[in-house]
Amino acid sequence: MKVRGTVLLLLAVALSLPAGALAQANQVVVLTSFPRELFEAYKVAFERANPGWSLVVVSKPTTAGITQIRERAGRPDVDVFWASAVDAFVYLKQNNLLERYTPPAEVRRGIPDRVAGFPINDPDGYFVGFAVSGYGIMWNTVYMERRRLPEPKEWEDLLQPVYFGHIIMSTPARSGTTHLTVETILQGYGWDRGWPLLVQMAGNMGALTERSFGVPEAVIAGQYGIGIVIDFFGLSAIASGQPVRFTYPKVTSLVPANVGIVRGAPNPEGARRFVNFLLSDDGQKLLFRPEIGRLPVRASLYAQAPKGFPNPFRMSAGVQFDANLSAARYQLVTRMFDQVITFRHAELRRAWEAIYAAERAVEEARRQGRDVAQAERLLRQAKASARLVPVSEATAMEIAQQVDRDPTYRAAKEREWEALAREAYGRALQLAGQAAQAARGR
Amino acid sequence: MEPRAVTAPSPAALWRPRWRYEPAHLALYAALLVVVGVLVVLPIASVLRGALVDSGGFTLAHVARFFYTPLYLESLRNSLYAGLGATLLASLLALPAAFLLGRYQFRGQAVLVTWLTVPLVIPPFVGAIGLNQALGRAGALTLFLEDRLGVQFVAAEGLRGVILAHALHYFPFILLTVTNALANVDPSLEEAAKVAGARGVRLLWRVTLPLVAPAYAAGAILVFVRSTDDLGTPLILNVKNMLGPQAYFRITTIAREDPDGYAISIVMLALALVAVLLATRLGQRREVATLQTGSRAAGRPLRGWGPRLLLAFSVLVGFLGLLPHLGVVLMSVSRVWSLTYLPTGYTLDHYAEILFRAPQFVLNTLLYSATAAVVAVAVAVGVAYLQHRGRVPAPGLLDFAATAPIAVPGVVLGIGFLRVFDRWTVPWLGVPLTALWLIFPMLYVARRLPYAVRATSAAMAQVHPTLEEAAAVCGARRWRTFRRVVLPLVLGGAVAAGVLVFVTAAVEFSATVLLISRVEQSPLSYGIYLYAQSPRGRGAAAALGTVAVVLVAVGTYLANRIGGRRPALTW
Repeated sequence: MKVRGTVLLLLAVALSLPAGALAQANQVVVLTSFPRELFEAYKVAFERANPGWSLVVVSKPTTAGITQIRERAGRPDVDVFWASAVDAFVYLKQNNLLERYTPPAEVRRGIPDRVAGFPINDPDGYFVGFAVSGYGIMWNTVYMERRRLPEPKEWEDLLQPVYFGHIIMSTPARSGTTHLTVETILQGYGWDRGWPLLVQMAGNMGALTERSFGVPEAVIAGQYGIGIVIDFFGLSAIASGQPVRFTYPKVTSLVPANVGIVRGAPNPEGARRFVNFLLSDDGQKLLFRPEIGRLPVRASLYAQAPKGFPNPFRMSAGVQFDANLSAARYQLVTRMFDQVITFRHAELRRAWEAIYAAERAVEEARRQGRDVAQAERLLRQAKASARLVPVSEATAMEIAQQVDRDPTYRAAKEREWEALAREAYGRALQLAGQAAQAARGR
Repeated sequence: MEPRAVTAPSPAALWRPRWRYEPAHLALYAALLVVVGVLVVLPIASVLRGALVDSGGFTLAHVARFFYTPLYLESLRNSLYAGLGATLLASLLALPAAFLLGRYQFRGQAVLVTWLTVPLVIPPFVGAIGLNQALGRAGALTLFLEDRLGVQFVAAEGLRGVILAHALHYFPFILLTVTNALANVDPSLEEAAKVAGARGVRLLWRVTLPLVAPAYAAGAILVFVRSTDDLGTPLILNVKNMLGPQAYFRITTIAREDPDGYAISIVMLALALVAVLLATRLGQRREVATLQTGSRAAGRPLRGWGPRLLLAFSVLVGFLGLLPHLGVVLMSVSRVWSLTYLPTGYTLDHYAEILFRAPQFVLNTLLYSATAAVVAVAVAVGVAYLQHRGRVPAPGLLDFAATAPIAVPGVVLGIGFLRVFDRWTVPWLGVPLTALWLIFPMLYVARRLPYAVRATSAAMAQVHPTLEEAAAVCGARRWRTFRRVVLPLVLGGAVAAGVLVFVTAAVEFSATVLLISRVEQSPLSYGIYLYAQSPRGRGAAAALGTVAVVLVAVGTYLANRIGGRRPALTW
């Protein structure tokens, strides 16, 4: 009897629970890479402002979201794509996966055309910006004190040996915002200075996380001291009382986070309602919430912003972000970054560790008045080898399209880059070892 | 060790069939074959197809590419390293305690056994979150070591962290099998050896160890299989160059049809298959090795240094095993916990979040797991009945197919589900089956069916046919006999199996993460992953993790009560 009772109880529980949000007439399905804090707040507010409508959230990293929309072209299962990375939208638009929609004029009122020189909305009307983001550096103050580290200000600061093992970032292949940061650096410093900077910075990193959220998480917990993040991770962590700070380096770009309607969306009316809601005063003001910490696109609202909130319309970006360029070489940059940095991180780290050791040995030798010319030459070679530029910019632009379209070609290139990276970092390690020996007078 | 179940003799002459096969049985057989075929065979076949077939027909090119892509080889190496490392470390943790528990008798023995099996109630990827707080880069013990001893050593990081998390979670598998085997070693064998002059180490090495070795190997292989199957722990600890994470990345970010993803899956499948076959062979040898004579050695009292050292070590292991739990529970009530031994601010807000503001994670899990448990048990009872009483062609076929998923890693099954059911459009809804919540119970049924089938089959084997004959003599028809005689006798075992299916489904992650699309539909395990990536920290993830621990603990207790035996080995 007892046993049968248990079975019946389990059955009753099973049957009485809600059977998912399917088969509802008035719904809108939103594919987003935003964190829970953000989409949950908008879900509640949207459903309140649009009685009878329900918002369904599909949470994916930007890159996985692009994959999903591309694979379901023609019979999409989501209505709206909602994410930070503007080049992801350009990519979708170029592949004819977005629906054109311009919100009504009364919704758009008070939203300038540009922020720090960058157009807020797609000129062709395939997507609109709803918030502005910059990219920068956040750090844990407790961690910095404990390890006696200076506070970083610029990207170049992160190349200093003192930061070895203390920095963390995500990978551009898995995180759209990280990809924007990488492109900002590549465009701001130029390809030929940008790659060495990225590779050397990665050599200083303790880890590369799978999703961008892992970075603020690790910095907040104090696992790593310094994180490379999109601004709202820093701002929302500060607002929730965590011991962290955030700064925008000079080479940053101010880029809108966007929303676009998927071509052939099953619920077009709901999709339009959602876009309009994002741009409404209510939708815009939600961004000021401490747990969200994003910068609205309606310039007039900054009068009501919390104290200390940055105003992007008063900032100047060091980099004029070129979203078309970024979208054109999106696959190339992400795949290449994975092969020469993400998956080869251990070798890269070891190489830089050895270089720093050799540098110390050279310093020591110089103090003792020994001849360090030979050691310095080896050390320079080691550094050059550990600051790999996998392909020249010209070659990159030449092959970018084929890398994007042809999986076999892409796989072959991936293997080529991997071999290149292994070889370069191995050589750097060896040269650094020789330099240290030479400095010690063997 | 239970005495071996007697295999039932063939059904009574009373029921001699008019036809060779029984029509009702055949109908049930066909229905179950369809269910198992759809849930188990199709997805696995689809993964094989993805890896071995392309537009030009059969090809080994994709699998070959695996073996000359250094990244995949490195991932294979890392997976093997982590699996073997976890097995080795788990053995080191478990064997001294097993020896103590199997050979000695002392007060508090039962408490120690329970204590040492507590690690099993925490899902490993939740445990990884807790372990991080204790032994990770900013973990309390790591900081303590640095502050007091000036030692900078991070135990729970990278592959080392994966090994540690798995070893601490799975060592009870080895502990339980070896303790049982030791307690069941026929004392006359050891006495005979002593008479022949063997003592101490020689006795241990030549007689006791060979007798226990097969049981140990079975437990150790289980640890290895579980460890290589787990996707959540590497993801939480941010380890990417392993087979599971690589397959997951290929399929979710590059393309669902990416052949490399399927090639990785095949390698994972082969690895698990080899391990399970090995375990099965060793299991058969064990039966021979421990012929029961009915006498058990009486436990010796704790005397001298040796056993006391063992006891001290076991208690230490017990504390180590509790570290993940402590870390998770503390994390779940912390507001700010940054580079300090203990949180600097406390809050219950994370529980408010997961219980009131976003209760769907817990509710979904209850719904999916309960549905899966009911269906799995129903299927399992059918399979067990047909295997032991069915007059159908090849009853073993069904049993084989239903237990096959035991050698299929979760990631692989998840990929197979994605590939098959994404193309099945639900008639009047016009959406693929993967968009419905039903996909999760289906997945959990497929994944946990082997355990349900095994448990009910064992229960069925213990029902002697004479009971049914007696019922038939009293005039009961077949259905009535089944309902009034067989079912009540099997139900205890079946419900215990169902509870275990429920519990293990509730914390399933490896396959769930591949099939998840809508946040509204996500179960607790994915919720933990989602919260673990929130910029405000892992508090809510830890709160959900604590709920998972409570679910598993209560479920395991219930299963023990109902089933009457220790079913801990079933996951």
